Amino acid sequence: MCDFCFGPLEVTYDYERVAATITRERVEAGPRSIWRYADLLPVADAHPVDLGAGFTPLVRADRLAAELGLGELWIKDDTANPTGSFKDRVVSVALTKARQLGFKVAACASTGNLANSVAAHAARAGMDSVVLIPHDLERAKVTMTSVYGGRVFAVQGSYDDVNRLCAELTSEQPEWAFVNVNVRTYYAEGSKTLAFEVAEQLGWRAPDHVVVPIGSGSQLTKVAKGFQELWEVGLLDEEPSVRVSGAQAEGCSPVATAFAEGTDVIRPVKPHTIAKSLAIGNPADGWYALDTIRSSGGSCASVTDAEILDGIGLLARTEGIFAETAGGVTIATLAKLAAQGVIRSDERVVAMVTGHGLKTVEALADVVGPTATIAPTLESFDQAMAADTDHAPTQRSSR
Amino acid sequence: MSKVRIPAQLRTLTGGAGELVIDGSTVGEVLKGLDAAHTGFAERIFDDNGGLRRFVNVFLDEEDVRFLDGLATPVSDGQTISIVPAVAGG
Repeated sequence: MCDFCFGPLEVTYDYERVAATITRERVEAGPRSIWRYADLLPVADAHPVDLGAGFTPLVRADRLAAELGLGELWIKDDTANPTGSFKDRVVSVALTKARQLGFKVAACASTGNLANSVAAHAARAGMDSVVLIPHDLERAKVTMTSVYGGRVFAVQGSYDDVNRLCAELTSEQPEWAFVNVNVRTYYAEGSKTLAFEVAEQLGWRAPDHVVVPIGSGSQLTKVAKGFQELWEVGLLDEEPSVRVSGAQAEGCSPVATAFAEGTDVIRPVKPHTIAKSLAIGNPADGWYALDTIRSSGGSCASVTDAEILDGIGLLARTEGIFAETAGGVTIATLAKLAAQGVIRSDERVVAMVTGHGLKTVEALADVVGPTATIAPTLESFDQAMAADTDHAPTQRSSR
Repeated sequence: MSKVRIPAQLRTLTGGAGELVIDGSTVGEVLKGLDAAHTGFAERIFDDNGGLRRFVNVFLDEEDVRFLDGLATPVSDGQTISIVPAVAGG
Protein backbone atom coordinates (compact mmCIF):
# COMPACT_ATOMS: atom_id res chain seq x y z
CA MET A 1 0.00 0.00 0.00
CA CYS A 2 0.99 3.63 -0.31
CA ASP A 3 3.05 4.59 2.73
CA PHE A 4 1.58 8.09 2.68
CA CYS A 5 -2.20 7.70 2.28
CA PHE A 6 -2.56 3.89 2.70
CA GLY A 7 -4.25 3.63 -0.70
CA PRO A 8 -3.67 0.49 -2.75
CA LEU A 9 -0.71 0.41 -5.12
CA GLU A 10 -1.25 -0.59 -8.71
CA VAL A 11 1.22 -2.72 -10.68
CA THR A 12 2.11 -1.23 -14.03
CA TYR A 13 3.81 -3.03 -16.88
CA ASP A 14 5.82 -1.96 -19.88
CA TYR A 15 3.12 -3.04 -22.31
CA GLU A 16 5.23 -2.30 -25.37
CA ARG A 17 7.88 -4.64 -24.09
CA VAL A 18 5.36 -7.36 -23.26
CA ALA A 19 3.70 -6.88 -26.65
CA ALA A 20 7.03 -7.45 -28.37
CA THR A 21 7.19 -11.05 -27.14
CA ILE A 22 3.70 -12.19 -26.18
CA THR A 23 1.61 -13.96 -28.80
CA ARG A 24 -1.53 -16.08 -28.75
CA GLU A 25 0.61 -19.09 -29.67
CA ARG A 26 3.04 -18.44 -26.82
CA VAL A 27 0.16 -18.31 -24.34
CA GLU A 28 -1.56 -21.38 -25.80
CA ALA A 29 1.67 -23.37 -25.55
CA GLY A 30 1.95 -22.53 -21.85
CA PRO A 31 0.77 -24.56 -18.86
CA ARG A 32 -2.95 -25.10 -18.37
CA SER A 33 -2.98 -22.78 -15.38
CA ILE A 34 -2.76 -19.08 -14.60
CA TRP A 35 0.97 -19.31 -15.33
CA ARG A 36 0.34 -19.37 -19.09
CA TYR A 37 -0.14 -15.60 -18.59
CA ALA A 38 3.09 -15.10 -16.65
CA ASP A 39 4.06 -12.24 -18.99
CA LEU A 40 1.22 -10.20 -17.49
CA LEU A 41 1.75 -11.19 -13.86
CA PRO A 42 3.97 -9.27 -11.43
CA VAL A 43 6.35 -12.14 -10.72
CA ALA A 44 8.57 -14.28 -12.91
CA ASP A 45 9.55 -17.66 -11.52
CA ALA A 46 10.43 -20.89 -13.28
CA HIS A 47 8.90 -22.83 -10.39
CA PRO A 48 5.95 -20.87 -9.00
CA VAL A 49 4.02 -21.91 -5.89
CA ASP A 50 1.46 -23.80 -7.90
CA LEU A 51 -1.33 -26.30 -7.26
CA GLY A 52 -2.72 -25.81 -10.76
CA ALA A 53 -4.90 -22.74 -10.23
CA GLY A 54 -6.76 -21.42 -13.22
CA PHE A 55 -7.65 -22.43 -16.74
CA THR A 56 -11.02 -23.48 -15.37
CA PRO A 57 -13.92 -24.32 -17.71
CA LEU A 58 -15.89 -21.62 -19.50
CA VAL A 59 -19.26 -23.30 -19.92
CA ARG A 60 -21.86 -22.24 -22.48
CA ALA A 61 -25.06 -21.98 -20.45
CA ASP A 62 -27.93 -22.26 -22.92
CA ARG A 63 -30.40 -23.79 -20.48
CA LEU A 64 -29.82 -21.07 -17.92
CA ALA A 65 -29.94 -18.42 -20.66
CA ALA A 66 -33.33 -19.72 -21.78
CA GLU A 67 -34.66 -19.47 -18.21
CA LEU A 68 -33.47 -15.88 -17.94
CA GLY A 69 -34.42 -14.73 -21.44
CA LEU A 70 -30.79 -14.16 -22.38
CA GLY A 71 -28.91 -15.04 -25.55
CA GLU A 72 -25.23 -16.01 -25.40
CA LEU A 73 -24.46 -16.76 -21.76
CA TRP A 74 -21.33 -18.35 -20.33
CA ILE A 75 -20.40 -19.46 -16.83
CA LYS A 76 -16.77 -19.12 -15.76
CA ASP A 77 -16.67 -22.16 -13.51
CA ASP A 78 -14.02 -21.29 -10.95
CA THR A 79 -15.36 -23.93 -8.59
CA ALA A 80 -12.91 -26.16 -10.47
CA ASN A 81 -9.83 -24.63 -8.85
CA PRO A 82 -7.61 -26.78 -6.59
CA THR A 83 -9.16 -25.59 -3.32
CA GLY A 84 -12.52 -24.84 -4.89
CA SER A 85 -12.42 -21.09 -5.40
CA PHE A 86 -10.87 -18.29 -7.46
CA LYS A 87 -8.64 -17.48 -4.48
CA ASP A 88 -6.14 -20.03 -5.76
CA ARG A 89 -5.31 -17.57 -8.55
CA VAL A 90 -4.38 -14.74 -6.24
CA VAL A 91 -2.64 -16.90 -3.67
CA SER A 92 -0.46 -18.66 -6.22
CA VAL A 93 0.78 -15.24 -7.38
CA ALA A 94 1.09 -13.83 -3.84
CA LEU A 95 3.07 -16.73 -2.38
CA THR A 96 5.33 -17.05 -5.39
CA LYS A 97 6.26 -13.39 -4.89
CA ALA A 98 6.41 -13.73 -1.09
CA ARG A 99 8.85 -16.63 -1.37
CA GLN A 100 11.01 -14.59 -3.75
CA LEU A 101 10.97 -11.71 -1.27
CA GLY A 102 12.25 -14.06 1.42
CA PHE A 103 9.11 -14.47 3.52
CA LYS A 104 8.89 -17.77 5.40
CA VAL A 105 5.38 -17.36 6.80
CA ALA A 106 2.15 -16.93 4.82
CA ALA A 107 -0.72 -15.24 6.64
CA CYS A 108 -4.14 -13.81 5.90
CA ALA A 109 -7.48 -12.64 7.17
CA SER A 110 -10.17 -14.58 5.41
CA THR A 111 -13.87 -15.22 4.99
CA GLY A 112 -12.92 -18.84 4.27
CA ASN A 113 -11.97 -19.31 0.64
CA LEU A 114 -8.72 -17.40 1.02
CA ALA A 115 -7.99 -19.35 4.20
CA ASN A 116 -8.35 -22.65 2.33
CA SER A 117 -6.07 -21.49 -0.44
CA VAL A 118 -3.36 -19.90 1.71
CA ALA A 119 -3.13 -22.98 3.94
CA ALA A 120 -2.89 -25.29 0.93
CA HIS A 121 -0.39 -23.25 -1.07
CA ALA A 122 1.77 -22.65 2.03
CA ALA A 123 1.89 -26.41 2.58
CA ARG A 124 2.86 -26.89 -1.06
CA ALA A 125 5.63 -24.29 -0.72
CA GLY A 126 6.88 -25.57 2.62
CA MET A 127 6.00 -22.28 4.30
CA ASP A 128 4.38 -21.90 7.72
CA SER A 129 0.89 -20.44 7.63
CA VAL A 130 -1.10 -18.30 10.05
CA VAL A 131 -4.73 -17.90 9.08
CA LEU A 132 -7.32 -15.78 10.86
CA ILE A 133 -11.01 -16.42 10.23
CA PRO A 134 -14.29 -15.37 11.84
CA HIS A 135 -15.33 -17.98 14.43
CA ASP A 136 -18.69 -18.68 12.78
CA LEU A 137 -17.50 -19.83 9.35
CA GLU A 138 -18.99 -22.79 7.57
CA ARG A 139 -17.58 -26.07 8.88
CA ALA A 140 -16.19 -27.21 5.54
CA LYS A 141 -14.14 -24.03 5.20
CA VAL A 142 -12.65 -24.54 8.67
CA THR A 143 -11.79 -28.17 7.94
CA MET A 144 -10.41 -27.33 4.50
CA THR A 145 -8.07 -24.84 6.16
CA SER A 146 -7.00 -26.80 9.23
CA VAL A 147 -6.21 -30.03 7.39
CA TYR A 148 -3.04 -28.56 5.86
CA GLY A 149 -1.41 -28.34 9.27
CA GLY A 150 -0.84 -24.60 9.63
CA ARG A 151 -2.05 -22.36 12.43
CA VAL A 152 -5.71 -21.36 12.22
CA PHE A 153 -7.22 -18.82 14.60
CA ALA A 154 -11.01 -18.51 14.85
CA VAL A 155 -11.59 -14.92 15.92
CA GLN A 156 -14.63 -13.97 17.97
CA GLY A 157 -15.89 -11.25 15.70
CA SER A 158 -16.97 -10.43 12.15
CA TYR A 159 -14.69 -10.58 9.13
CA ASP A 160 -14.14 -6.84 9.49
CA ASP A 161 -12.93 -7.44 13.04
CA VAL A 162 -10.58 -10.16 11.76
CA ASN A 163 -9.36 -7.85 9.04
CA ARG A 164 -8.62 -5.12 11.53
CA LEU A 165 -6.68 -7.53 13.72
CA CYS A 166 -4.73 -8.65 10.68
CA ALA A 167 -3.93 -5.06 9.68
CA GLU A 168 -2.63 -4.44 13.20
CA LEU A 169 -0.68 -7.70 13.20
CA THR A 170 1.02 -6.60 10.00
CA SER A 171 2.57 -3.74 11.96
CA GLU A 172 3.83 -6.15 14.62
CA GLN A 173 4.90 -9.04 12.36
CA PRO A 174 6.48 -7.40 9.31
CA GLU A 175 8.37 -10.59 8.55
CA TRP A 176 5.11 -12.41 7.71
CA ALA A 177 3.56 -12.24 4.25
CA PHE A 178 -0.05 -11.29 4.82
CA VAL A 179 -1.27 -12.10 1.33
CA ASN A 180 -4.10 -9.59 1.36
CA VAL A 181 -2.30 -6.87 3.28
CA ASN A 182 1.43 -6.37 2.75
CA VAL A 183 1.66 -8.39 -0.49
CA ARG A 184 -1.82 -7.42 -1.63
CA THR A 185 -0.50 -5.50 -4.62
CA TYR A 186 0.83 -8.74 -6.13
CA TYR A 187 -2.02 -10.87 -4.85
CA ALA A 188 -4.73 -8.76 -6.46
CA GLU A 189 -3.12 -9.04 -9.90
CA GLY A 190 -3.90 -12.77 -9.93
CA SER A 191 -7.57 -12.01 -10.51
CA LYS A 192 -6.76 -10.60 -13.96
CA THR A 193 -6.30 -14.19 -15.13
CA LEU A 194 -10.09 -14.63 -14.96
CA ALA A 195 -10.40 -12.09 -17.77
CA PHE A 196 -7.43 -13.49 -19.69
CA GLU A 197 -8.92 -16.97 -19.69
CA VAL A 198 -12.42 -15.83 -20.59
CA ALA A 199 -11.11 -13.96 -23.61
CA GLU A 200 -8.88 -16.83 -24.73
CA GLN A 201 -11.69 -19.37 -24.25
CA LEU A 202 -14.03 -17.17 -26.31
CA GLY A 203 -11.53 -17.33 -29.18
CA TRP A 204 -9.57 -14.23 -28.16
CA ARG A 205 -12.65 -12.06 -27.94
CA ALA A 206 -13.88 -10.09 -24.95
CA PRO A 207 -17.48 -10.51 -23.81
CA ASP A 208 -19.95 -7.62 -23.87
CA HIS A 209 -20.95 -7.94 -20.22
CA VAL A 210 -19.53 -9.67 -17.15
CA VAL A 211 -21.19 -10.17 -13.78
CA VAL A 212 -18.74 -10.32 -10.89
CA PRO A 213 -19.45 -10.79 -7.17
CA ILE A 214 -18.16 -8.06 -4.85
CA GLY A 215 -16.51 -8.79 -1.50
CA SER A 216 -13.58 -6.42 -1.21
CA GLY A 217 -14.16 -5.24 -4.80
CA SER A 218 -10.69 -6.23 -5.94
CA GLN A 219 -11.67 -9.03 -8.30
CA LEU A 220 -14.11 -6.82 -10.19
CA THR A 221 -11.57 -4.09 -10.87
CA LYS A 222 -8.91 -6.61 -11.89
CA VAL A 223 -11.24 -8.40 -14.32
CA ALA A 224 -11.80 -5.08 -16.08
CA LYS A 225 -8.05 -4.41 -16.08
CA GLY A 226 -7.39 -7.87 -17.53
CA PHE A 227 -9.49 -7.36 -20.65
CA GLN A 228 -7.87 -3.99 -21.25
CA GLU A 229 -4.36 -5.42 -20.87
CA LEU A 230 -5.00 -8.10 -23.49
CA TRP A 231 -5.87 -5.30 -25.89
CA GLU A 232 -2.81 -3.27 -24.85
CA VAL A 233 -0.44 -6.12 -25.69
CA GLY A 234 -2.13 -6.96 -28.97
CA LEU A 235 -3.85 -10.26 -28.17
CA LEU A 236 -7.33 -9.03 -29.14
CA ASP A 237 -8.42 -7.90 -32.60
CA GLU A 238 -10.98 -5.45 -31.28
CA GLU A 239 -10.68 -3.03 -28.38
CA PRO A 240 -12.80 -4.47 -25.58
CA SER A 241 -15.88 -2.63 -24.42
CA VAL A 242 -16.95 -4.76 -21.50
CA ARG A 243 -19.77 -3.68 -19.23
CA VAL A 244 -18.88 -4.80 -15.74
CA SER A 245 -21.72 -5.38 -13.29
CA GLY A 246 -21.33 -6.11 -9.60
CA ALA A 247 -23.27 -8.57 -7.45
CA GLN A 248 -23.77 -8.25 -3.70
CA ALA A 249 -25.88 -9.81 -1.01
CA GLU A 250 -28.55 -7.50 0.38
CA GLY A 251 -27.23 -8.18 3.89
CA CYS A 252 -23.86 -6.71 2.90
CA SER A 253 -24.28 -4.31 0.01
CA PRO A 254 -22.27 -1.14 0.60
CA VAL A 255 -21.24 -0.89 -3.07
CA ALA A 256 -24.70 -1.64 -4.48
CA THR A 257 -26.16 0.94 -2.09
CA ALA A 258 -23.68 3.62 -3.18
CA PHE A 259 -24.40 2.75 -6.83
CA ALA A 260 -28.16 3.05 -6.30
CA GLU A 261 -27.79 6.33 -4.45
CA GLY A 262 -25.53 7.81 -7.10
CA THR A 263 -22.82 8.65 -4.58
CA ASP A 264 -19.14 7.75 -4.49
CA VAL A 265 -19.14 7.53 -0.70
CA ILE A 266 -19.23 3.93 0.45
CA ARG A 267 -20.67 3.66 3.94
CA PRO A 268 -19.45 0.62 5.87
CA VAL A 269 -22.14 -1.81 7.04
CA LYS A 270 -22.44 -4.63 9.55
CA PRO A 271 -22.91 -7.73 7.37
CA HIS A 272 -25.72 -10.17 7.88
CA THR A 273 -25.96 -12.66 5.04
CA ILE A 274 -25.50 -16.34 4.25
CA ALA A 275 -22.97 -15.27 1.60
CA LYS A 276 -20.16 -15.20 4.14
CA SER A 277 -17.40 -15.15 1.55
CA LEU A 278 -18.74 -11.75 0.43
CA ALA A 279 -19.51 -10.46 3.94
CA ILE A 280 -17.08 -7.58 3.96
CA GLY A 281 -18.81 -4.55 5.41
CA ASN A 282 -15.96 -2.16 4.71
CA PRO A 283 -14.66 -3.16 1.27
CA ALA A 284 -11.09 -1.97 0.70
CA ASP A 285 -11.50 -1.67 -3.08
CA GLY A 286 -15.15 -0.71 -3.01
CA TRP A 287 -14.57 2.75 -4.39
CA TYR A 288 -12.54 1.38 -7.30
CA ALA A 289 -15.18 -1.25 -8.02
CA LEU A 290 -17.85 1.43 -8.09
CA ASP A 291 -15.78 3.55 -10.45
CA THR A 292 -15.17 0.57 -12.75
CA ILE A 293 -18.88 -0.30 -12.82
CA ARG A 294 -19.92 3.25 -13.64
CA SER A 295 -17.26 3.97 -16.22
CA SER A 296 -17.94 0.69 -18.04
CA GLY A 297 -21.70 1.26 -18.26
CA GLY A 298 -22.41 -1.66 -15.97
CA SER A 299 -24.74 -1.90 -13.01
CA CYS A 300 -24.73 -3.18 -9.45
CA ALA A 301 -27.48 -4.93 -7.57
CA SER A 302 -28.05 -6.85 -4.38
CA VAL A 303 -30.10 -9.96 -3.70
CA THR A 304 -31.75 -11.43 -0.61
CA ASP A 305 -30.67 -14.65 1.08
CA ALA A 306 -33.73 -16.38 -0.38
CA GLU A 307 -32.77 -15.21 -3.86
CA ILE A 308 -29.21 -16.46 -3.27
CA LEU A 309 -30.52 -19.95 -2.50
CA ASP A 310 -32.74 -19.79 -5.59
CA GLY A 311 -29.69 -18.77 -7.62
CA ILE A 312 -27.68 -21.76 -6.39
CA GLY A 313 -30.57 -24.07 -7.23
CA LEU A 314 -31.15 -22.51 -10.64
CA LEU A 315 -27.52 -22.89 -11.70
CA ALA A 316 -27.32 -26.45 -10.41
CA ARG A 317 -30.63 -27.45 -12.04
CA THR A 318 -29.94 -25.92 -15.43
CA GLU A 319 -26.19 -26.34 -15.89
CA GLY A 320 -25.00 -28.97 -13.42
CA ILE A 321 -22.70 -26.57 -11.56
CA PHE A 322 -22.86 -26.44 -7.76
CA ALA A 323 -21.82 -23.01 -6.50
CA GLU A 324 -21.29 -21.71 -3.01
CA THR A 325 -23.42 -18.87 -1.70
CA ALA A 326 -21.28 -16.25 -3.49
CA GLY A 327 -22.09 -18.00 -6.77
CA GLY A 328 -25.73 -17.82 -5.79
CA VAL A 329 -25.29 -14.06 -5.41
CA THR A 330 -23.85 -13.85 -8.92
CA ILE A 331 -26.60 -15.93 -10.52
CA ALA A 332 -29.40 -14.19 -8.63
CA THR A 333 -27.99 -10.80 -9.60
CA LEU A 334 -27.65 -11.96 -13.21
CA ALA A 335 -31.32 -12.96 -13.11
CA LYS A 336 -32.35 -9.67 -11.56
CA LEU A 337 -30.42 -7.51 -14.03
CA ALA A 338 -31.69 -9.63 -16.94
CA ALA A 339 -35.29 -9.17 -15.75
CA GLN A 340 -34.69 -5.42 -15.53
CA GLY A 341 -33.35 -5.36 -19.08
CA VAL A 342 -29.96 -4.10 -17.87
CA ILE A 343 -28.30 -7.26 -19.17
CA ARG A 344 -29.64 -7.71 -22.69
CA SER A 345 -30.30 -10.76 -24.83
CA ASP A 346 -28.10 -9.37 -27.61
CA GLU A 347 -25.04 -9.31 -25.34
CA ARG A 348 -22.37 -11.98 -24.92
CA VAL A 349 -22.53 -12.39 -21.15
CA VAL A 350 -20.14 -14.10 -18.73
CA ALA A 351 -21.03 -14.76 -15.08
CA MET A 352 -18.19 -15.43 -12.65
CA VAL A 353 -19.00 -18.37 -10.38
CA THR A 354 -16.11 -18.23 -7.99
CA GLY A 355 -16.52 -20.93 -5.33
CA HIS A 356 -17.70 -24.52 -4.91
CA GLY A 357 -20.99 -25.39 -3.27
CA LEU A 358 -19.45 -28.04 -0.99
CA LYS A 359 -17.98 -25.17 1.02
CA THR A 360 -21.38 -23.87 2.10
CA VAL A 361 -23.68 -26.90 2.30
CA GLU A 362 -25.20 -25.63 5.56
CA ALA A 363 -26.97 -22.87 3.63
CA LEU A 364 -28.94 -25.49 1.71
CA ALA A 365 -29.73 -27.81 4.61
CA ASP A 366 -33.39 -26.80 4.74
CA VAL A 367 -33.78 -26.39 1.00
CA VAL A 368 -32.62 -29.59 -0.65
CA GLY A 369 -32.56 -33.22 0.39
CA PRO A 370 -33.77 -36.66 -0.67
CA THR A 371 -37.06 -36.83 -2.55
CA ALA A 372 -38.15 -39.47 -0.04
CA THR A 373 -36.67 -42.00 2.34
CA ILE A 374 -37.92 -45.45 1.36
CA ALA A 375 -37.70 -49.11 2.26
CA PRO A 376 -35.58 -51.23 -0.14
CA THR A 377 -38.61 -52.62 -1.97
CA LEU A 378 -40.22 -51.96 -5.35
CA GLU A 379 -43.53 -51.20 -3.67
CA SER A 380 -41.99 -48.54 -1.51
CA PHE A 381 -40.26 -47.01 -4.51
CA ASP A 382 -43.49 -46.97 -6.53
CA GLN A 383 -45.40 -45.32 -3.70
CA ALA A 384 -42.72 -42.65 -3.30
CA MET A 385 -42.63 -41.97 -7.05
CA ALA A 386 -46.40 -41.61 -7.11
CA ALA A 387 -46.36 -39.30 -4.10
CA ASP A 388 -43.67 -37.01 -5.55
CA THR A 389 -45.31 -33.90 -6.95
CA ASP A 390 -42.15 -31.79 -7.08
CA HIS A 391 -40.91 -33.25 -10.35
CA ALA A 392 -42.48 -33.58 -13.78
CA PRO A 393 -43.56 -37.16 -14.58
CA THR A 394 -40.60 -39.32 -15.59
CA GLN A 395 -41.09 -41.93 -18.29
CA ARG A 396 -40.90 -45.47 -16.90
CA SER A 397 -41.44 -48.90 -18.31
CA SER A 398 -44.62 -50.59 -17.09
CA ARG A 399 -44.38 -53.56 -14.80
CA MET B 1 -6.30 10.69 28.51
CA SER B 2 -6.61 8.12 25.76
CA LYS B 3 -4.22 5.53 24.47
CA VAL B 4 -3.61 5.84 20.72
CA ARG B 5 -2.29 2.88 18.74
CA ILE B 6 -0.11 3.82 15.76
CA PRO B 7 0.32 1.59 12.67
CA ALA B 8 3.84 0.79 11.49
CA GLN B 9 3.55 3.15 8.52
CA LEU B 10 3.13 6.15 10.84
CA ARG B 11 5.73 5.24 13.43
CA THR B 12 8.37 7.28 11.59
CA LEU B 13 6.43 10.26 12.96
CA THR B 14 6.58 9.03 16.54
CA GLY B 15 10.21 7.98 16.71
CA GLY B 16 9.14 4.36 16.48
CA ALA B 17 6.52 4.39 19.23
CA GLY B 18 3.50 2.18 18.54
CA GLU B 19 1.41 3.57 21.38
CA LEU B 20 0.99 7.09 22.77
CA VAL B 21 -1.17 8.73 25.42
CA ILE B 22 -2.99 11.86 24.21
CA ASP B 23 -5.57 14.18 25.78
CA GLY B 24 -8.88 15.11 24.17
CA SER B 25 -12.63 14.75 24.69
CA THR B 26 -13.52 13.56 21.17
CA VAL B 27 -11.83 11.29 18.64
CA GLY B 28 -11.13 14.32 16.46
CA GLU B 29 -9.55 16.23 19.36
CA VAL B 30 -7.31 13.32 20.24
CA LEU B 31 -6.16 12.95 16.63
CA LYS B 32 -5.48 16.70 16.40
CA GLY B 33 -3.60 16.42 19.68
CA LEU B 34 -1.56 13.68 18.10
CA ASP B 35 -0.60 16.01 15.27
CA ALA B 36 0.31 18.73 17.76
CA ALA B 37 2.60 16.31 19.59
CA HIS B 38 4.10 14.81 16.43
CA THR B 39 3.84 17.05 13.39
CA GLY B 40 2.78 15.32 10.20
CA PHE B 41 -0.11 13.17 11.41
CA ALA B 42 -2.85 15.47 10.14
CA GLU B 43 -1.88 15.30 6.48
CA ARG B 44 -1.57 11.55 6.68
CA ILE B 45 -4.95 10.78 8.20
CA PHE B 46 -7.21 13.71 7.23
CA ASP B 47 -8.41 14.60 3.74
CA ASP B 48 -8.70 18.14 2.38
CA ASN B 49 -12.11 18.59 4.02
CA GLY B 50 -10.88 17.59 7.45
CA GLY B 51 -12.55 14.17 7.36
CA LEU B 52 -10.78 10.84 7.64
CA ARG B 53 -8.95 9.74 4.51
CA ARG B 54 -10.68 7.00 2.51
CA PHE B 55 -8.11 4.35 3.41
CA VAL B 56 -7.76 5.19 7.08
CA ASN B 57 -9.94 3.44 9.64
CA VAL B 58 -10.12 4.71 13.20
CA PHE B 59 -11.49 2.55 15.97
CA LEU B 60 -12.60 3.57 19.46
CA ASP B 61 -11.93 0.42 21.43
CA GLU B 62 -13.59 -2.25 19.25
CA GLU B 63 -15.84 -0.04 17.13
CA ASP B 64 -15.14 1.73 13.83
CA VAL B 65 -15.89 5.41 14.53
CA ARG B 66 -17.81 5.56 11.24
CA PHE B 67 -20.47 3.51 13.06
CA LEU B 68 -20.37 6.01 15.95
CA ASP B 69 -20.30 9.79 15.54
CA GLY B 70 -17.13 9.84 13.48
CA LEU B 71 -14.57 12.39 14.63
CA ALA B 72 -17.16 13.91 16.99
CA THR B 73 -17.42 10.65 18.95
CA PRO B 74 -16.84 11.40 22.68
CA VAL B 75 -13.85 9.72 24.29
CA SER B 76 -13.64 8.71 27.94
CA ASP B 77 -10.49 8.32 29.97
CA GLY B 78 -8.89 4.95 29.45
CA GLN B 79 -10.39 4.24 26.05
CA THR B 80 -8.10 3.19 23.20
CA ILE B 81 -8.11 4.77 19.76
CA SER B 82 -6.54 2.68 16.98
CA ILE B 83 -5.47 4.01 13.59
CA VAL B 84 -5.59 1.12 11.11
CA PRO B 85 -4.95 1.14 7.36
CA ALA B 86 -8.09 0.07 5.49
CA VAL B 87 -6.34 -1.63 2.61
CA ALA B 88 -6.70 -5.28 3.41
CA GLY B 89 -9.15 -8.04 3.03
CA GLY B 90 -11.09 -9.93 0.45
